[in-house]
Amino acid sequence: MRVMGSETEYGIHAPSAPGANATMMSARVIQAYAQLTRQRAAGGAETRWDYTDEEPLHDARGWTLERNQADPSQLTDQPPVLDAEAVALAYGRQELEQDGEDETGSLLMNMVLGNGARLYVDHAHPEYSSPEVTSPTDAVAWDAAGDVVALSAVRRMATDPQLPPVNLYKNNTDNKSVSYGSHENYLMPRVVPFGDIVRGLTPFFITRQVMCGAGRVGLGQDSSRPGYQISQRADFFEAEVGLETTIRRPIINTRDEPHATADKYRRLHVIIGDANLSQVANYLKFGTTAMVLSLIEAGLAPRIEVHEPVAALQTVSHDTSLTATLRLLDGRRVTALDLQWIYYEAAAKLAQDTGVGDAVDGDGHTHALLERWAATLTDLDSNRTAAASSVEWLAKLSLLDGYRQRDGLEWNDARLGLVDLQWADVRPEKGLYHRMLARGRMDRIVDDETIARAVTEPPSDTRAYFRGRCVSNFSKDVVGASWDSVIFDVPGHGRLQRVPTREPLRGTEALTGGLFARHRDAGSFLAELLGQTPPPPPA
Amino acid sequence: MAGQEQQQPQSRDDEFEDDAPATPPASGDAQASAATQGVDDLLDEIDGVLESNAEEFVRAFVQKGGQ
Repeated sequence: MRVMGSETEYGIHAPSAPGANATMMSARVIQAYAQLTRQRAAGGAETRWDYTDEEPLHDARGWTLERNQADPSQLTDQPPVLDAEAVALAYGRQELEQDGEDETGSLLMNMVLGNGARLYVDHAHPEYSSPEVTSPTDAVAWDAAGDVVALSAVRRMATDPQLPPVNLYKNNTDNKSVSYGSHENYLMPRVVPFGDIVRGLTPFFITRQVMCGAGRVGLGQDSSRPGYQISQRADFFEAEVGLETTIRRPIINTRDEPHATADKYRRLHVIIGDANLSQVANYLKFGTTAMVLSLIEAGLAPRIEVHEPVAALQTVSHDTSLTATLRLLDGRRVTALDLQWIYYEAAAKLAQDTGVGDAVDGDGHTHALLERWAATLTDLDSNRTAAASSVEWLAKLSLLDGYRQRDGLEWNDARLGLVDLQWADVRPEKGLYHRMLARGRMDRIVDDETIARAVTEPPSDTRAYFRGRCVSNFSKDVVGASWDSVIFDVPGHGRLQRVPTREPLRGTEALTGGLFARHRDAGSFLAELLGQTPPPPPA
Repeated sequence: MAGQEQQQPQSRDDEFEDDAPATPPASGDAQASAATQGVDDLLDEIDGVLESNAEEFVRAFVQKGGQ
């Protein structure tokens, strides 16, 4: 359908070591996973990140923020450095010197995985950025693979008697004023005017939470008001459009860092979503957003303007009855579900007109996606019990309501806060989402085998295939990689060889699978790739 | 709306039977008992996995800034 990918920052907590340095603990997570992948692939299936094409201060509206004007958290184009003081505070100098270093002497903060993903420390959280995929089903699989990666790291750390047990949570707030993100990325043609994207997406983003929200106990950034709301993130948004992601968060983020051929593409960086454990919610989040982008590209997005978008976003989140109305600039008043139906109808019509939505001759994704979108909106309106098996905020609410009724708990009771937090624990025996899934109470899009495969295998149909295979097959000789490059250091070659991968739909299995099959060593692989030796004649 | 499911144990049971084929084999026992005990059974299970001392645990979950 479209090239897309997810980013998940996990909440991190060591219950037995309160106050432990979060950046240091996050580095431990990366370290633990690196230890596991070293066992899996001789030579180490881990690679450093190449920062040369990071441009976090480029604004899609056409300018670049001066470095000295930027918030320090926006400078994501520099490798993070753990200073000695932070390390010593968290675990003591001794330990770092013993085993906290990689071969080059610095703590590993950043890895490229064999499935094409990036695993790294972002600010004070471990983050998994999925490989590029082309369908919402694959987005679900490779995003869920990140949860398995996180779980593996948690398990690994639990076996180390020197470390306090560390838990990871796929949520977006600590309910004490801090939020951390779950981002989506969508590839778009550069020619689409950014103003069209803002106009077309804003009403959709205000309301898609009714399908995709993960649910949250507490109202307000610091949860000071008791209650329950649809979205983890809504209360943390304060602007309509902007470059920031950590302060004054905007509904539409303008970071213009395409990680691809810049005059052809933009990467739309979406920061407003909740991290989803529900597979259906995640599927709808990626799939419906991709379809709305197609509407915008075709010039067919619904012409709707919502009065005061930030306030409307929060109104929708705080209204679990789904009956609140939003004022449009043309004077109409509509519910969030009404707005979603307007987008659905437009998307369904475009899919029919272009043929991608055909059950037999379509693109293989749009038909099922439209059916799921309509069924979810219908259930939200008239059959909440059915909707609770896929809509995450309703599933969580059903559990919370069970406690409220059985034990007579008020919304500010700590046990309800614990249910909310533990919903997102990545451990299947502790995570309440996982308990519900095991009982068959949550619908699936992909099975566990598919997710397990996505932990080690890259998607076959994007450049992530090339990146992942290079990391898996030639880990000894790959010294760095990024979204749009793989860097080799091959013995016998005097200098590093940087292979650019600036076309997201090249480097696929169809284009490079044979090359990987023919070469066991990086030198001959590169020689054929770079045209220094001819490919074998077709069989 | 809120709490609708818990007030209708009958529909909860039906839902479990409908969902049965999708249930992984490992949870077969849980599924059988849920069919007779509904949501109370789910809460009992959750009681068993919730961290002890909810107040302390929730208070200590403090995160540093993120995106």
